[in-house]
Amino acid sequence: MYEKHLMICGATGCLSSNSGKVKEALEAELARRGIKEKYRLVMAGCVGFCEVGPIIVIYPDEVFYCRLKPGDMAELVEKHLIGGEVVERLLYTSPDVEVPGRFYDTIPFYRKQVFNVLRNSGIIDPEIIDEYIMRGGYRAFSRALKMERPQICDEVKRAGLRGRGGAGFPTGMKWEFTMIAPGEKKYVVCNADEGDPGAFMDRSILEGDPHAVIEGMLICGRAIGADEGYIYCRAEYPLAIKRLRIAIAQAEEYGLLGENILASGFNFHLNIKEGAGAFVCGEETALLASIEGKRGMPRPRPPFPAVSGLFGKPTCINNVETFANIPLILREGGVEEFASIGTESSKGTKVFALAGKIRNTGLCEVPMGITIREVIFDVGGGVQGDREFKAVQAGGPSGGCIPAELLDLPIDYDSLTKAGAIMGSGGLVVMDDRTCMVDLARYFLSFTQKESCGKCIPCREGTKRMLEILERICDGSGEPADLDTLESLAFSIKDSALCGLGQTCPNPILSTIRYFRHEYEEHINEQFCRAGVCKALFQYYIDPETCIGCTRCARVCPVSAISGEKKEVHAIDQSLCTRCGSCVEVCPKNSIQITRVRRKADVSS
Amino acid sequence: MSAVKLTIDGMPVEVAPGTTILEAARKLEIDIPTFCHDPELTRNGACRMCVVEVEKARALVASCCTPVAPDMVVHTDSERVRTARQTILRLILANHPLECITCEKTGDCRLQDYCYRYGVSESGFQGETKDLPLDDTNPFFIRDMNKCILCGICVGKCQEINGAGAIDFTRRGFVTNVSPPFGDPIENSSCVFCGMCVDVCPVGALVPKAGVGKGRPWEIEKVKTICPYCGTGCSVYLHVKDGKIIGASPDAESPVNRGHLCAKGRFGWDFVHSEERLTRPLIRRNGVFVEAGWDEALDLVASRLKESIARYGPDAFMGLSSAKTSNEDNYLFQKLVRHLGTNNVDHCARL
Repeated sequence: MYEKHLMICGATGCLSSNSGKVKEALEAELARRGIKEKYRLVMAGCVGFCEVGPIIVIYPDEVFYCRLKPGDMAELVEKHLIGGEVVERLLYTSPDVEVPGRFYDTIPFYRKQVFNVLRNSGIIDPEIIDEYIMRGGYRAFSRALKMERPQICDEVKRAGLRGRGGAGFPTGMKWEFTMIAPGEKKYVVCNADEGDPGAFMDRSILEGDPHAVIEGMLICGRAIGADEGYIYCRAEYPLAIKRLRIAIAQAEEYGLLGENILASGFNFHLNIKEGAGAFVCGEETALLASIEGKRGMPRPRPPFPAVSGLFGKPTCINNVETFANIPLILREGGVEEFASIGTESSKGTKVFALAGKIRNTGLCEVPMGITIREVIFDVGGGVQGDREFKAVQAGGPSGGCIPAELLDLPIDYDSLTKAGAIMGSGGLVVMDDRTCMVDLARYFLSFTQKESCGKCIPCREGTKRMLEILERICDGSGEPADLDTLESLAFSIKDSALCGLGQTCPNPILSTIRYFRHEYEEHINEQFCRAGVCKALFQYYIDPETCIGCTRCARVCPVSAISGEKKEVHAIDQSLCTRCGSCVEVCPKNSIQITRVRRKADVSS
Repeated sequence: MSAVKLTIDGMPVEVAPGTTILEAARKLEIDIPTFCHDPELTRNGACRMCVVEVEKARALVASCCTPVAPDMVVHTDSERVRTARQTILRLILANHPLECITCEKTGDCRLQDYCYRYGVSESGFQGETKDLPLDDTNPFFIRDMNKCILCGICVGKCQEINGAGAIDFTRRGFVTNVSPPFGDPIENSSCVFCGMCVDVCPVGALVPKAGVGKGRPWEIEKVKTICPYCGTGCSVYLHVKDGKIIGASPDAESPVNRGHLCAKGRFGWDFVHSEERLTRPLIRRNGVFVEAGWDEALDLVASRLKESIARYGPDAFMGLSSAKTSNEDNYLFQKLVRHLGTNNVDHCARL
């Protein structure tokens, strides 16, 4: 029997901040003391708070240790595991808490979160099916086995679940369309080709609770009359794929996948298809083509996959998070419970990946209808370094930016669309006053341009021309007519492109023009980038009032453009400065400021 | 199922369910421009030239692949539609060499026609353009992918009709291209040079080599004939200028070949005007071919055949006839061979 369970976060964020090494150090320490068998170490799923990783949560003590280093393990073993006392210095501390947070309930990051989809992530060992079952897993599926097929679709409809992949199509309706579509053979497909920059919700769900997705797919298969499913997961998610393989093997062993499941006569087989990393394969028809072994290119709809999908058969395709919600809805009383959260048109919770200039980088699950302000300031802890909040990009390259004046916008499908963004799969990239909105649009366009499948002319050629115009504006060679050209091109592309990628790729441009037109105009008319990002459009200068002559800037400057004696005001030689920004990072007094480029003409006048 | 009633440009029309808006419009003789549409191929929807406005629809829809719906109200030439088409044409022009003065396709180019129709004379965009090497190592056609607008019909024909699968889309985004595997010349691919891609290319990206510099589309007289290469009997149009064949194209209306040809019928016409073509029989004397008269030649063949048969029996020789001769000639040929006492007769089309 184990005395304690130590859940080590083994998800993307914590792994990259070295949780693997922390685990090794912990194991070594336990082995050295010969007490290894007393403690159970689990590489668990994501607990969300990537910013403070690596994280270990100890049960049953309910202690949340964070920012761990391999060197902390000896103390943790000595004091906590053996001595039974909490190691205060490894608890969560931050300016937003008075006393160190001991567990989830005392850490502000978690206070407004509601764990539905992430209910098991970080709590169970995702590689052991029994742990999922112990938490009520597969009960919804066994209930669904006793239900009539239309009844299952009806429950999903009544719950008000909408697709979590981004577009927000009502899931129950999609299931019903596929159910009534004529055909002997049908498929269930899970879209796990999460490709938005900065988004890792689906990855974390698959890594932390793969059975929830499998159970959701099984229920879908039962509802629509499918006997086979595919999970299309990008190959860049090796841990998710590994855990899915283990989960599928275990479910097969338990008779939850395969022939005549639980003696019900229902058969269901599940396959994994690894995607090769094309963003466009997240588009459903391109994804299906890719599973079929063809080039991942969208095709026109209709026919919709519900009628003619994978290999020409009726196919229900949903996103990872959508499927992970299904077991909650299909359990006894689940519909009411699910629908009790959220707004009139957007029910349940949504998982968001918080990224960019936000203090609490990580994954959070919040009820629909929560305001953007709450997510960014209460959950996310506000902007890094207490700088000024400028905007948040919702929905990745297909979405749009939401400016500070709309911070009180409730997060639901319709409000976000109205504001020119989209729910998207759930990426929220926060920007502060040092983010240039023209450069942001340029970045997303360079992404969509590279990832355009190249099939339709508006997307393939149009994204290139929009990108070139943005590049010229960022270079300082923009012209006043460029804004009109950009807008008209963006509207035409939105109106005429073939697939979702093309139709939404102008959104970052349209929304930045809508809310930050003055920045574009400043770039074009005044040759100035106020954020200090577009290198041709600003200069650094050292404020003589605040410079203390610490010489740190001069020492880091890679081109020796900064000169000045110790304890004297320093100066930048503009002819040498490359505007790399290294000096800004090291200046203790924030003395390095941005100014307009002084042109030759200015000097002479 | 009952017919679907809809309105296109104010005109009512009734069509069968499943009909596309494009087909319904054509029934009303409304000409909707298309680059990538081909009735033989899977609906593609790539070029977006055929977009039309459907009332209550969120965005414009591609008429070539959108089925009609009851009470649909369609506008095929509204301001919004024209603007979208003009934008598409401008985007194409921004990445298409304007070599119309010397382009073989001039006068028969859909890009030109539509630019003319929609008043698009220049792109208005500045920026990068394609700079791909010419693929002209094969004897039959030139692939200038800088002119390609990536409509994808060639890919569809090669995969769905011919089955050779020699070309497909490669790479992504702006650098998307149609190419054989690994960017090899078409010569090194599984291409069988049927030339279907060349026939359907709406612009000057695929051009038969034989006709380069020999005549403009409007100078060419198209003479319908039956291809003499084999017994299939494909209908072919010979492109004739000043009494000389400078090219050929298939007859789309022919029930035999329905717009398809093989490499020989499509490209193999240079022999007609070849200086090396045999016009008189030759007899080898002392190792050298010497011109002879027809009687002399035929007498020689007859005497040699007789000799052989007398010496070795009739099975010592065989007759191999040609697919280039007519069915009747082949019938007579096998009669002759059998009359000479052997069943050793065959035909090159069996090879």
